[in-house]
Amino acid sequence: MGEDRDIGEALCAQVIEAAQQRKPLRPRGGDTKDFYGEAINAETLDLAPHRGIVQYQPTELVITARAGTPLRLIEAALIEHRQMLPFEPPHFGEHATLGGAIACGLSGPRRPWQGGARDLVLGTRMINGRGEHLRFGGEVMKNVAGYDVSRLLTGSLGTLGAITEVSLKVLPAPEQELTLVQQAEPMTALQRFRNWRAQPLPLSGLACLDDRLYIRLSGTEAGVASARERLGGELLDAPFWDDLREQRLAFFQADPEVPLWRISVPPATPLLEDVGETLVDWAGALRWVRSDAPGQTVRELAERHGGHATCFRGDCAAGRFHPLPETQLTLHRRIKQALDPHGIFSPGRMYRSL
Amino acid sequence: MSATPDHYEFPPLDREALLRGLRAIVGEQNLLHSEEALRPYECDGLSAYRRLPQAVVLPATVAQVQEIMSLCHARQVPVVARGAGTGLSGGALPYGDGVLLSLARFNRILQIDRDNLTARVQPGVRNLAISEAVADLDLYYAPDPSSQIACSIGGNVAENAGGLHCLKYGLTVHNVLEVQVVTVDGELLRIGASSFDAPGYDLLAVMHGSEGMLGIVVEVLVKLLPRPEQARVLLAAFDEVVQAADAVGEIIAAGILPAGLEMMDNPAIRAAEDFVQAGYPVEAQAILLCELDGTEAEVTALADQVEAILEDCAATEVRSARDEDERARFWLGRKSAFPAVGRISPDYYCMDGTIPRSQLAHVLTRIQALSDEYGLRVVNVFHAGDGNLHPLILYDASQPGELERTEELGGKVLELCVQVGGTITGEHGVGMEKIDQMCVQFAAPELLQFHALKRAFDAHGLLNPGKAVPTLHRCAEFGAMHVHHGELAHPDIPRF
Ligand SMILES: Cc1cc2nc3c(=O)[nH]c(=O)nc-3n(C[C@H](O)[C@H](O)[C@H](O)COP(=O)(O)OP(=O)(O)OC[C@H]3O[C@@H](n4cnc5c(N)ncnc54)[C@H](O)[C@@H]3O)c2cc1C
Repeated sequence: MGEDRDIGEALCAQVIEAAQQRKPLRPRGGDTKDFYGEAINAETLDLAPHRGIVQYQPTELVITARAGTPLRLIEAALIEHRQMLPFEPPHFGEHATLGGAIACGLSGPRRPWQGGARDLVLGTRMINGRGEHLRFGGEVMKNVAGYDVSRLLTGSLGTLGAITEVSLKVLPAPEQELTLVQQAEPMTALQRFRNWRAQPLPLSGLACLDDRLYIRLSGTEAGVASARERLGGELLDAPFWDDLREQRLAFFQADPEVPLWRISVPPATPLLEDVGETLVDWAGALRWVRSDAPGQTVRELAERHGGHATCFRGDCAAGRFHPLPETQLTLHRRIKQALDPHGIFSPGRMYRSL
Repeated sequence: MSATPDHYEFPPLDREALLRGLRAIVGEQNLLHSEEALRPYECDGLSAYRRLPQAVVLPATVAQVQEIMSLCHARQVPVVARGAGTGLSGGALPYGDGVLLSLARFNRILQIDRDNLTARVQPGVRNLAISEAVADLDLYYAPDPSSQIACSIGGNVAENAGGLHCLKYGLTVHNVLEVQVVTVDGELLRIGASSFDAPGYDLLAVMHGSEGMLGIVVEVLVKLLPRPEQARVLLAAFDEVVQAADAVGEIIAAGILPAGLEMMDNPAIRAAEDFVQAGYPVEAQAILLCELDGTEAEVTALADQVEAILEDCAATEVRSARDEDERARFWLGRKSAFPAVGRISPDYYCMDGTIPRSQLAHVLTRIQALSDEYGLRVVNVFHAGDGNLHPLILYDASQPGELERTEELGGKVLELCVQVGGTITGEHGVGMEKIDQMCVQFAAPELLQFHALKRAFDAHGLLNPGKAVPTLHRCAEFGAMHVHHGELAHPDIPRF
């Protein structure tokens, strides 16, 4: 167990030195998501010791903590006050940190209803490529002073700078939560998802795997009870959503030689079954697919449906992330240049030329 | 031609050549350049600032916008975008030696996708028009600024507009999936996607609230939500503003997230009641409007809970709207509050600071003291649920010096918001109006970082010059540098 510590100055000093020597640096938290990004050669900027909850007043619905704070400590602090992180970040290991979760920008099953990591970030402190410790956004719900650098950093994989502190919007934990299971072929499941999405139901999860359709309802006792009656299904008493989020389900444990694709599509997209075995999450908007089809094929399929594909786990000759058109990539380079003029922060981690 | 990292200069303008070029793109009928024709465009909703541009151009296609931007880029002529002109911070205030690009003719809803719950719209479409177009599908577009009958969706993106229901349903940035943007040099970029988490950096978030400084939004893909089965509004009256402020905290502490939680003080209640007969209790010192939505069972349970909390917090009266009609009337009073105040004073000045909820009572008391000190009446109407204040300062512009005193008082209020851990603008933007207070909220390195980001999109500073982010020179002149925990943040930064 580490203790609360503020090592901001030491971190800045390390960045300044790296900038002077033009040596690449890679911010690292709990090292649980090393797989998520291209492998690069860079010195570690260790944010794990920079930890501690800086501010948490439950009635403000905001928590602020240093980047190295373990996610589980944050979640424990919230649950004490019956609150939660609405975007349900995946941990992928007990040392997962807040900074890492935000830098990766990944979100759990509640995403379509409560928003993703980027939606809940209110403010950040960060060290840019000049070693300056800056503060953007804040701890209030609404703030349009200055460009939204905090959300720009979310999901930027440490390529724009080191996130040192994050303020997040939190929400009251639902009074009641339960999971229902129905038997349904994937086609039928997608059809039901489509109907339910358009209705005002207290949904917080809709997934489908192996001809089983999973429904999570969250809300007031009365609201959940009436929705349960309306939708029907067997009550499930297993941590299905945690296992889905943490990729502990058998689907994720299968043959590691076959790449795991994360395909984000408009939710009404038909089943992409011809490329491989599929788990549908996010009410249809997320398809986990195990496929050894060439990356190009998977990506073209995603694009045809208005989506994009990330090679999440496994060997990805075609690059981890969906390629950007050249005009976009040029703009990305300029933005990186604006925050990290010497290009020291995790070069190549997201795209080889960035 | 940029001199310093945060300041730009433009070559002398050849007006005739510029007009010829614009005319060739949009035709004479869509180009305004006589003083008389330009006059209606001299200001936005903040009429204290006025300026005429060289020309107003009204394109109708994306290709025309691209050509206009290419032309202006080649000639190094500044461009200011304008939606409906309802902005309250001078964001759409024209640049004197520049072109005002109006998106008014981009007023079509291009596609409604009921399977994916999205609508693809042009930027000039009015906010309310989207919800109206999908009402028969029992869907709606959630962000509902009080100006929703007039303001454009492009302007909403540029300001990251909020509304009465953003506590639960989020701001514009949470309800837009994709925008098409014409860059300063005329390229068309797709930012975001019709799916979640588009690859690369989250440029969609950066575009939100960027006040026309980074590109011209020419198409927007918004999310639609199913209409809640039921919505109920409770109206609670209080003898003291502070009690109402405390009730806000208690509701949140009970784990309830209302769809809307708004507060008005006595002068605002009276003005609104006189104007639209909303049925408000005019003797109350403050009212809270609390909307609860969900399934019928949920709403009933929540309403009971909230009613009990309000009574515990010393509400003198709690009313529940009996029907849809009364609910609409309760909200109409709130939505009409600004124009209602406009009837009781020759002029008013609307502030937009956001503060932590726990500071509500303290800040309201301080604002009252400042109001007394300056001898200017202040009316309070605000989004209590998310701490976004809209103090309205009443003044008379025809009285010499009164506008200046009003602006000074306004500045003090914003600085107070920063002091208690809040921000100078929750939803109206910095624009021209709050540019000096940016020097209070941010330190020099942060301001320079904003300028650097701007240059990544717009190397020559042609888009909306002089707005949103102050130069360090301006901050030095204003005499305020960011003070944090009582110390000057960067005493080493030279002050010009
Ligand atoms: C009575 C009243 C009540 C209001 N209530 C609210 C409220 O509750 N919540 C709230 O958030 N705001 C409110 N506002 C403020 C205002 O309506 C919003 O800021 C709105 O989003 C502005 O939209 P617009 O189309 O009028 O934009 P404009 O005023 O025309 O422009 C605003 C800014 O956006 C830029 N811009 C406009 N269109 C584009 C485009 N297509 N591409 C790039 N940049 C563009 C302009 O350059 C400018 O900087 C209110 C205003 C009034 C007058």
